[in-house]
Amino acid sequence: MNIKKILPQLLTLLVVILIFGFFSYNAQVNMENRGITFGYGFLSQESSFDVQFSLIEFDGSHSYFRAYLVGLLNTILVSVIGIIFATIIGVVVGIARLSNNYLIERTAAVYVEFFRNIPLLLQIFFWYFAALRALPLPQDTEPMFGVFFLTIKGFFVPAFVWNNLDIFIYSIIAAIISIIFIRIYARKKQENEGIQTPVLSISIGLLLILPILSFLFGGVDASVEVPVIKQLSQSGFTYEGGIKLPPELISLALALSLYTATFIAECVRAGVQGVSKGQKEAAASIGLTPNQVLKLVVMPQALRIIIPPTTNQYLNLTKNSSLAAAIAYPDLVLVFAGTALMQTGRAIEIVSITMLTYLSLSISISIFMNWYNKKIAIKEK
Amino acid sequence: MMNKLNFLQPDKNNLNTYLYTGVILVSLSIFIVFLNSFFNKDIISFLPGSISFFLPLILGFIGLHLIRIDYSGLKFLDRVNKNINTNNFNAFLSLLIVFVIIKSLPPLLSWFILDANIAGDSKDVCTGSGACWTYIKIWFNRFMYGMYPNAEQWRINLSFIALASLGTIGFFATEKFKKYLTLYYVVVYPVIAFFFIFFFISGGPIFFDFSYGIIAAVISVIIGFFIPSKFKMYYFIIVPITLYILLKYVFFYEELIELGKLEALEWVETGAWGGLSLTFIVSFFCLIFCFPIGLFLSLGRRSDFPVIKYFSIGMIEFWRGVPLITVLFMSSVMFPMFLPEDMFIDKLVRVIIAISLFEAAYVAEVIRGGLQALPRGQYDAAKSLGMGYWKMHILVILPQALKLVIPGIANTFLALVKDTPLIFVVGLLEIVGMLNLAKTNPEWLGFAMEGYVFASVLFFIICYAMSKYSYNLEQKYKTER
Repeated sequence: MNIKKILPQLLTLLVVILIFGFFSYNAQVNMENRGITFGYGFLSQESSFDVQFSLIEFDGSHSYFRAYLVGLLNTILVSVIGIIFATIIGVVVGIARLSNNYLIERTAAVYVEFFRNIPLLLQIFFWYFAALRALPLPQDTEPMFGVFFLTIKGFFVPAFVWNNLDIFIYSIIAAIISIIFIRIYARKKQENEGIQTPVLSISIGLLLILPILSFLFGGVDASVEVPVIKQLSQSGFTYEGGIKLPPELISLALALSLYTATFIAECVRAGVQGVSKGQKEAAASIGLTPNQVLKLVVMPQALRIIIPPTTNQYLNLTKNSSLAAAIAYPDLVLVFAGTALMQTGRAIEIVSITMLTYLSLSISISIFMNWYNKKIAIKEK
Repeated sequence: MMNKLNFLQPDKNNLNTYLYTGVILVSLSIFIVFLNSFFNKDIISFLPGSISFFLPLILGFIGLHLIRIDYSGLKFLDRVNKNINTNNFNAFLSLLIVFVIIKSLPPLLSWFILDANIAGDSKDVCTGSGACWTYIKIWFNRFMYGMYPNAEQWRINLSFIALASLGTIGFFATEKFKKYLTLYYVVVYPVIAFFFIFFFISGGPIFFDFSYGIIAAVISVIIGFFIPSKFKMYYFIIVPITLYILLKYVFFYEELIELGKLEALEWVETGAWGGLSLTFIVSFFCLIFCFPIGLFLSLGRRSDFPVIKYFSIGMIEFWRGVPLITVLFMSSVMFPMFLPEDMFIDKLVRVIIAISLFEAAYVAEVIRGGLQALPRGQYDAAKSLGMGYWKMHILVILPQALKLVIPGIANTFLALVKDTPLIFVVGLLEIVGMLNLAKTNPEWLGFAMEGYVFASVLFFIICYAMSKYSYNLEQKYKTER
């Protein structure tokens, strides 16, 4: 074998092994000195701390593993909210940037330049410590539309109280499945006979009709629970009933979606601009209507450019949601890598679990993206 | 000849009629909103509630509809129609934007300037409803320098001025020295910057610790002349490090360091550094370190050697997969567990290493994009000229690849600057951290907004300038392919 090929590899391997050996030896010595043994057994111990906001029931008597779940669910919650709003804002702004209206284009450009050039952490702080602190106290709040209460203590929205919720969900699932079948059928028909089926209106109809039927005949019943003000003490008020969105969640979701939307807007713009003009002209020349041009020619090609970087932005948003720790929103980093670490002192185990969680998330998404890219790649002959 | 007026379809024949009516309507609507917003006078308040609210919009909409005449022959009118008034929907949106701007100007103006206070030096002067810039004025020093002693701040200023002027040398270099510029910026300048920050801003009696490094470097360079060029690469990695360790731990002893102490400047520990200057220091060093690391990782990822390849892939995917905040957590709580008990690495150094490794992974992926975009012919051509791996990359591949990825690298650098506030996790307070500290000062409660607006403007200026500069760079190095 060629020594020139072996030597560098051996050297790299040696250096890596040396560094790892050095680290793990020190870790062992340090842990021995502090009297802790390495292991994940602490996960089942009682956690004895409380979390301000959690989607599942949690108090001090639950285990550290449940604390991990609480943090993970909160991270997922804020990421999903952020992704939904970032997509909506991003697509609107991205299209606005392509507008031939000078004012709209400039407004969108100013928005993008402004929000993408300010650190996300600063934006989170701004919303949390400056903007939301200017909201009124619960007792002074004017309701929005009579049922929403935006106060300094959080956003109180009415909640639905369901009877037979499962039947309602089944009806929606049934609608979705039939829509999938109709789409397949419509595509076949289009390929065989060249006749287009109005899939969109049928889908919307199904999605409306089936749930309504479930209300009429399935015994599904929903009532709305409106938040009602309640006095806690001399000057302390709060709202009871309904759902409370804490200000941490609101400011985090606001900052994340406004920040990420700027990047998504740029992706959308690049995608639509990336479709060559000849494509549109060719489509128009074979007699497609403008709507059909957009739906059948421009969008499929633009999406091919838009989706990969946008998924990357979703991933960034999820990772950025870890900034929650700065404003005490109980996400994975704060609950697990913060409070749980302080209590147990198991730095290596906890930081490694936290990192592995994020790592597996991003690796699975990048595997999915590779698969997707292969699937949609233009197959040239 | 007078044509029939059809207000639903304005045409060119009655241009003046349409134009005057339209312009009057539009100006009237803007005038109403203007009066309402700037002078708080509602001249249409005699109308019932919702109509008086929507009237300006309706008037303006009709006006814009009337002046929408194709090929009117008036240059200005055509321009307006083409840019903001192409159809009803666009006209509506344009009006909305104009109204929102007019409406939001007075409150913004009064908050920022008219009702704001800047005189005086205590909280008491801030009586107006506007911003309290006095707060920024009093705390300005802290926002810029953190807890750095006031009397010593000239050291930071001087270092930054010196480094900035040394950084601009490239613009003045004559043709003769142009070829050394890369060497200067990649090797000499970072070393100078490091010495400035280490000996000037930190100002510690640490001189002799470094003398080991210098001696080791000199000795290894001298021996280096006698080593066959085949092994030079490995030689220059291994020997200086070994020599350094030997000199420091075997031949010399800690006591000898005491002899060489220079007590010229007061030592300021890194915990006291802060404010915007710390933002600059951290981003500056991370910029310098992350680029070469990223470059090597991207080359390693495309290497033929499996060990190096998978090591690079592992590094890149690991750092890209985790949020920076957990990396910083790791550097502050987990990393000390991996070091011997008596070994202590400064907080700032740990943070700089962590951020550099983190951003290097992103830089590596960007550069890989550029490497992949190069046609295979470039590699083949370089090889057919008999170039080795390094020669091929330095002379042929990298100059082209890096040119391609200027925007991507600039974006990564921007992300880096925007990520620096995260170092609050390890307790270092750069400008955003200082803001949060100042906000909780009992003497100055309630001025969070001013602080965040101030920092936002600062960051916007820095980042916007950077992105514009990268755009210029991209245009400058753009070559037709």
